[in-house]
Amino acid sequence: MDTILFLIFAVVAVVCAFNLVLQTHPISSALSLIGVMASLAVLYLLLGAEFVAMAQMIVYGGAVMVLFVFVIMLLNAGSEKASTKAWFAQVAGLPLLLAFVGLLGFLIARALPDTRRVNFGSWVGGTAQEIGRALFTTYLLPFEIISVLILIAIIGAVVLAQKEIE
Amino acid sequence: MHAHSVPLTWYLTLSVILFALGVAGFLYRKSVITVFMSIELMLNAVNLSFISFSYELQRIDGHIYSFFVMVVAAAEAAVGLAIILTVFKNRRTLQIDEVDSMKL
Repeated sequence: MDTILFLIFAVVAVVCAFNLVLQTHPISSALSLIGVMASLAVLYLLLGAEFVAMAQMIVYGGAVMVLFVFVIMLLNAGSEKASTKAWFAQVAGLPLLLAFVGLLGFLIARALPDTRRVNFGSWVGGTAQEIGRALFTTYLLPFEIISVLILIAIIGAVVLAQKEIE
Repeated sequence: MHAHSVPLTWYLTLSVILFALGVAGFLYRKSVITVFMSIELMLNAVNLSFISFSYELQRIDGHIYSFFVMVVAAAEAAVGLAIILTVFKNRRTLQIDEVDSMKL
């Protein structure tokens, strides 16, 4: 059951990610990205991260993607025009990317020979209670700093969006 | 141990593949919104590896880090999309290779 669920959602995530890269229209890419985020949320649940899975759905799949779709609609963004790419990117891009994936896959296989096997429900440490306790004790200072960061981002977004360059 | 369990390395490999696809989108696409979405895809891939290592160590620190990554990504999306709006207002284009001068 674990294997089937992992394979289904891993394939959905990879297919959606391919679709994101290959589509020329931004709205298709945005919908594919929502697919990636939803299937990643299921994988987080399988890994015992309940809180992060829900936050992924609400913050990423909900708020951030609504912002993206809103901006695409607002700017009435059409398909991107085909443009010439540098010869180096055309020749070496794909082989270099495959080499990157192969190298990292090799490193994972060599550096982590005996990892745990993932069974759904064998470890449920990521409940909201545990996360909340860690956030307000061990990670209190980063938590406070990041709330200031959010405030700065809100103000920055408002200032940037109404700025007019002459 | 069940017979039907998944090795953790599969999750890490999935994370590598998603990250590589994000890099490909970032380098090859010309629409600034798609480039931005590729960055989000890379952040998601890193989050997946954080959660995987958290399972390996059976500690929740990885969950906290990925929570912080999510918060920073939300802030980044707000500011980045505001920048895209401003660029579009001033130059009437979303193609990144048409936005090639620092000053109008």
